Amino acid sequence: MTTLLITQIVLTLVVFQGLLLSAAAMVWVERRLAALLQQRLGPIRVGWQGLLQPFADVIKLMFKEELRPGSADPLLFALAPIISATAAFAAFAVVPFGASTTFFGLLDKPLLLQVADVNVAVLVIFAIASMGVYGIVLAGWSSNSKYSLLGGLRSSAQMISYELSYGLALASVLLIGNSMSLTELVNGQAGVWFGFIPKWFVFLQPLGFFIFMTAGIAETNRAPFDFPEAEQELVAGYHTEYSSMSFAMFFLAEYINMVTVSAVATDLYLGGWHGPFLPESLGWIWFLIKVGAILFFYVWMRWTLPRYRYDQLMAFGWKVLLPLSMINLLVTAAGVLYFGL
Amino acid sequence: MPSAYGASAYIPIAIFVAVATGFALFTLVFSSLIHSEKYNKVKLEPYECGIEPTTDARDRYSIRYYLVAMLFVIFDVETVFMFPWAVIFNKLLLFGLIEMMVFIFILVVGYYYAWQKGALDWV
Repeated sequence: MTTLLITQIVLTLVVFQGLLLSAAAMVWVERRLAALLQQRLGPIRVGWQGLLQPFADVIKLMFKEELRPGSADPLLFALAPIISATAAFAAFAVVPFGASTTFFGLLDKPLLLQVADVNVAVLVIFAIASMGVYGIVLAGWSSNSKYSLLGGLRSSAQMISYELSYGLALASVLLIGNSMSLTELVNGQAGVWFGFIPKWFVFLQPLGFFIFMTAGIAETNRAPFDFPEAEQELVAGYHTEYSSMSFAMFFLAEYINMVTVSAVATDLYLGGWHGPFLPESLGWIWFLIKVGAILFFYVWMRWTLPRYRYDQLMAFGWKVLLPLSMINLLVTAAGVLYFGL
Repeated sequence: MPSAYGASAYIPIAIFVAVATGFALFTLVFSSLIHSEKYNKVKLEPYECGIEPTTDARDRYSIRYYLVAMLFVIFDVETVFMFPWAVIFNKLLLFGLIEMMVFIFILVVGYYYAWQKGALDWV
């Protein structure tokens, strides 16, 4: 029992630290990749190849003066970044990132590489993802600034619009996997077809994967759907009035949300930790590679595609993605019935 | 389902949320202890491209946001209803598919109505 408790605490702290580090790494990767795509160098001065740049940024932000507009609502203004950051972290708690392992016999009982193994993990992620909207709406409203309010409203409308397609895409995966536990869904993707095609759900759900990724990008407010912070029109959107560490919290939340969406996409569609060459106990390496690939795709999209117009975004979400995901759900159900998956 | 899937499975999530909240609070408080604070009236104004804001920002805004929120509530409840259906679909089979088609048909009628009413047009 004590060993179990200690391993649980260590695991929690490791995952938490890992998320923080992945956010820091993503800041660096994003800036370097952006520079690469625009034929610049990007940050290269702080540390080897600029690797310490995110840490320098955090230290700088720590010492920055924190401004709150005099007419802002003090309590909600302070609460909003905390809600955003907490919701971003919490969603990752139910995401498994490796097969259970004893760490080469170090533990007497195999440990599941996941903070919490819940049988309705998909629902938990769905629920916590919705919580993030609160942080953004409260930030937008409490600032009492026109840009913030518009950014917050836009962001909430966008997030709830795309959440529907997100949910329907998830339901299509559940049809094939017959479970709401992410661990069981990943284990349903073990093995290969015809000896070489991995049994990933992305091959059964190509449209679902497309819908999920599009909705995921919109959910995390990333380009080409980065309306809450459309710099040219809204300055910085809902966090216009935020400075110092409060701003850093929103920044952190955005990057962690990206990591979470990529991790969920990996678990649901790309076979999680299953992959060739490596033993099952080292599957988390495959997991990291897959998540990294999706994150690279995220950054690549941001610096390649121009931003949509807001009415185009809403029309796309409600008139294209929603019907598509409904059709996808019914076709998947019919397919499951016909082929008896 | 194994007995491990009880309410106790959620305790680690609660711990994780507590750690995350604690981290956020600690960072914000720590930062507020070490940074400088020199405020004046102009500094405390909301940002508006250098012009003094004349009105309160919390003004009326487009009815469309309410419409979207209402449509979301309707469709989101349907989505949540589909989750358990999807999980036990391999037991429901043809019956489940026809039932869901009826359900989605009713949903699509409402969706079509909203579309024709222009509720989905932003401009």
